Amino acid sequence: MLYREAGQFKTSYAADQQLLPIRQDRIAFFTLLAVVFVIVPLFVSDYWFSALLIPILIFSLAAIGLNILTGYAGQLSLGSAAFMAVGAFSAYNIVLRMPWLPQIVSFLLAGVCAALVGIAFGLPSVRIKGFYLAVATLAAQFFVVWALQKFPWFTNNSSSGVISAQGVTFFGFPIDSPVRNYVFVLCIVTVLALCAKNMARSNTGRQWMAVRDMDVAAEVIGIPLMRTKLQAFAISSFYCGVAGALYAYCYIGTVEPEAFSLDMSFRVLFMIIVGGMGTIMGAFIGATFFTVLPIFLSILIPGIASLFNFNFDKASLTYIEFMIFGALIIFFLIVEPHGLARLWQIGKEKLRIWPFPH
Amino acid sequence: MFTSKKFTGVKAMCAAAIGVAALVTGAPSPSFAQQANEQFVSVLSFRVGPYGPAGVGIFGGFIDYMNYVNVKEGGVGGVKLSWEECETEYAAARGVECYERLKTKSPTKGTMIHPVSTPITYALLDKTLADKVPIVQTGYGRTDTVDGRYFPWAFPLITTYPMQATAIVKFLSQKEKGDLRGKKIAYLYLDSAYGKEPITYLQAEAKVNGFELTTIPITPPGTEQGAQWQQIRQSQADYVIFWGFGVMNASAMRAAQKVGFARDKIIGSWWAGSEEDTVPAGDAAKGYMSAAMNVSGKTPLIADIEKTLYGANPTGNMQDKSKIGGINYNRGVVIGLITVEAIRVAQAKYGKKVMDGEQIRWALEHLDLSDARLKALNATGLMPTMKTSCADHEGSGKIKVQQWDGTKWALVSDWIEGNRQLVRPLLEQSAIDYGKSKGITPRDCAKES
Amino acid sequence: MQFFLEVLIGGLLSGVMYSLVALGFVLIYKASGVFNFAQGAMVYFAALSFVGILAKGVPFGLALILALGIMILFGVVTERFVLRPLVNQPPISLFMATIGLAFFLEGLGPFLWGNDSHEIRLGIPDEPLPYFLDKYNIAISTFDLAAAAIAGVLVAGLALFFQKTKIGRALRAVADDHQAALSIGIPLQVIWMIVWGVAGFVALVAGLLWGARNGVQLALVAVVLKALPVLILGGFTSVPGAIVGGLIIGSTEKLAEIYIGPLVGGGLESWFPYVLALAFLLVRPEGLFGEKHIDRV
Repeated sequence: MLYREAGQFKTSYAADQQLLPIRQDRIAFFTLLAVVFVIVPLFVSDYWFSALLIPILIFSLAAIGLNILTGYAGQLSLGSAAFMAVGAFSAYNIVLRMPWLPQIVSFLLAGVCAALVGIAFGLPSVRIKGFYLAVATLAAQFFVVWALQKFPWFTNNSSSGVISAQGVTFFGFPIDSPVRNYVFVLCIVTVLALCAKNMARSNTGRQWMAVRDMDVAAEVIGIPLMRTKLQAFAISSFYCGVAGALYAYCYIGTVEPEAFSLDMSFRVLFMIIVGGMGTIMGAFIGATFFTVLPIFLSILIPGIASLFNFNFDKASLTYIEFMIFGALIIFFLIVEPHGLARLWQIGKEKLRIWPFPH
Repeated sequence: MFTSKKFTGVKAMCAAAIGVAALVTGAPSPSFAQQANEQFVSVLSFRVGPYGPAGVGIFGGFIDYMNYVNVKEGGVGGVKLSWEECETEYAAARGVECYERLKTKSPTKGTMIHPVSTPITYALLDKTLADKVPIVQTGYGRTDTVDGRYFPWAFPLITTYPMQATAIVKFLSQKEKGDLRGKKIAYLYLDSAYGKEPITYLQAEAKVNGFELTTIPITPPGTEQGAQWQQIRQSQADYVIFWGFGVMNASAMRAAQKVGFARDKIIGSWWAGSEEDTVPAGDAAKGYMSAAMNVSGKTPLIADIEKTLYGANPTGNMQDKSKIGGINYNRGVVIGLITVEAIRVAQAKYGKKVMDGEQIRWALEHLDLSDARLKALNATGLMPTMKTSCADHEGSGKIKVQQWDGTKWALVSDWIEGNRQLVRPLLEQSAIDYGKSKGITPRDCAKES
Repeated sequence: MQFFLEVLIGGLLSGVMYSLVALGFVLIYKASGVFNFAQGAMVYFAALSFVGILAKGVPFGLALILALGIMILFGVVTERFVLRPLVNQPPISLFMATIGLAFFLEGLGPFLWGNDSHEIRLGIPDEPLPYFLDKYNIAISTFDLAAAAIAGVLVAGLALFFQKTKIGRALRAVADDHQAALSIGIPLQVIWMIVWGVAGFVALVAGLLWGARNGVQLALVAVVLKALPVLILGGFTSVPGAIVGGLIIGSTEKLAEIYIGPLVGGGLESWFPYVLALAFLLVRPEGLFGEKHIDRV
């Protein structure tokens, strides 16, 4: 009843091809933007920013990157954390050695560096497919982390190998408080997410999906395989690189290779699996889920335990969280293999015909 | 087969649950009215994961000591201590989240933060500076914070890695009757910030003392060390200084046994010298030595804690009582002791009430754990004497060397101080560079009281 | 020369240890097409259960049988609750499910048995064999040789099992073509349960040997990362491939660390096997003994 598209007809190609053709969608989207840009910074506490919102946004960006590579182009990659590390260290070095560049440009250039590394490690994808490619991307993961630790040039010859990120400034305006970090990250993520959505809708995205579905057939109809795959690697690594730079500058504040370990690659992969592979919204949903879940469990489990008078010690409670985490992943894979984004789509479909059942 | 229709109800519940979860998680914490009269201490602990076994001991000791002070003396100056633990899993991101969450629970903002983890310390250095909360790094963390003129809120108390490394060299020199010339020392280290830090200082010591230093890295987590120990055997090293952490410690002892390298020629750092490292290695650990900034065993204080908290009505934190008196447990007690002593010193100046960050910071710069004071605290021999000041946030620089005899750690030296003349200028230079890069003007210690 | 031999032999022997873990992977992948990332967690869980039961005072042999029982039970439960609902899903979903399973085991193990490091005493000394040490100055550990022998026996036993017994033939039939196997009456689900049970047994043996070598602790889960390059080199579906791959990876890894390591500052072991496997894949995408993948359009 509320979500009716009837009566909304388009009279130009531009109107027909717009990102949000349905009026209700447009209203919802702009309301969301207003809430997120205006209301949240005004009313939300520092803890929410530092511990929840900023990591959700940063990991959404990385998840969009991985989604482009694995969800749209079908190349399974376990090396996303390595590209994030390249982005973080490139950003540090660019800001250090070229301080006259505006920092936002440095972050984008860091993404470009990550893209170049991504192309280098994406070359095997031309010959290798499936799980073999996943293991090959692990080579990227381990090599990059080792190289960043081993060669002192990357860390500016710091004796400990951990470097504090310089402060962030936006054309002279210092970004130092959690609110400002949040708005800064939000702007970057919004712009890049819109770019990704448009790329996915365009010819580029269709080429990726053709390669994903059956690359031999794609080659037969004339899609250049190597170029498409490398393009997917490059753009995906760009996103991961920018996410890594933001992680180091706006979230943790230090740049350390060990933070970008295999665990983080798996986390990003989980996010897109549970969120929904091949959708941009899935990246956001997955990132929210995996950022909120550990904190939620660490509050909920002790609560339930004390309710039932189970006296577990602290470590046992954490182990129960791990078990629930693993079980939830399996649960979601069984119940909805297309991820939470699919739940959202089903919801929208039901809304269209509501209150009728069919 | 498993179409959307079959699980629709389940899926709807999932969606609802997720929404509720998000709201619950970010809900504002309860007000701190009930803790108005309590000194709330944040405990950022790790009890799971590869470093979990050490963490169980350390944080058990820390919490037990605070509990002990509450029970025996009714708190500090009548103000009871309260605390809350948050699991960081030894990861920087979780550490930041725990810090932010616990910060909101009390006006003390956690009194002082003991991350017991170098990566978490680095991640929190800027945040604690901005929030005006002291961060204490007993024997780990960012070394150049010894210079309090550039780092007013960070305290690497007791001693730091370079001081420990140079103290170990001193010990070896004593063993070789003062002459290390021509000897070969291998430095086997975890390839991380922790492991790389002492290298410059050891190289400087090698020049001064005339020994040959080879550095051999181990990639984390370090369970495979066969190649490294074969190299050591091939180079015919006289001694091995071992800077490991976590599971690689036991692996090192086993790998040394595998190539036939005598364990009594290996000295580890204090993060490679606890029962959690030697017991799993079994026979391979016999003879292995390590540095220690606190001793193990049931010294009078530990015995008293055990009697008070684990007697008739056990309120102690340790599930496994056999760990009481172990190196990690005692380390936790020392951390607790420093915390309580800082509160006491602050109260002596500012009055017997709940102390805030600035007052605790002042106290941390005026700690004086002399022999007499340690005796009053029943902690003689447990930890070295320590005196901090505005310029010296370290306070001690002393370690003892202990040896594993198969069942327990036995001391084989007295307190040895590191090579301050060598180490301090390098650290000061590093602090000056940091100040330049961040645009910080150093404090003038003479002007402050 | 002597040092080179020492490193080479040490590398070959440690490579055999990697093959042990890779064997479990191969078994499961052959029979059900699932890339079981939880193999490392299974090794850890098996070893931990064993030491946990042993610590309760149960004699060695009985503890071994009980631990084996736990692993078989785990295999059955996994097949029923994780694999069966995911039967027709794309391989990546199954892979992700095994990662979730790994998480679950990493929580369940310490929850049941605690997080302390444990020793396993198998009675085999881990010291250099005096004969080689005195005569040639080569340090070869007795334990490594024994482990290699045990691995050899295990592989021979598995080979016999697959070739000579009825269940073994049924497993090979299922690995070849599920539909065809079903059509001649082979009960697929029972076969999968058996496969996971056998993989659990292999995990237990690997867990005991690795645990005796390095101690039973959470880092044992990381052995899976050592086994993956072995699988690539040998092929995902080949048991002899797992052994050969293990030998190659083990020896080249150690040799590279000693001879190339000092040139680049050391620490090569984390990525060298992977880069080697990657280079190998470019030449032979299915590994040494793997099945050739035929694309049908």
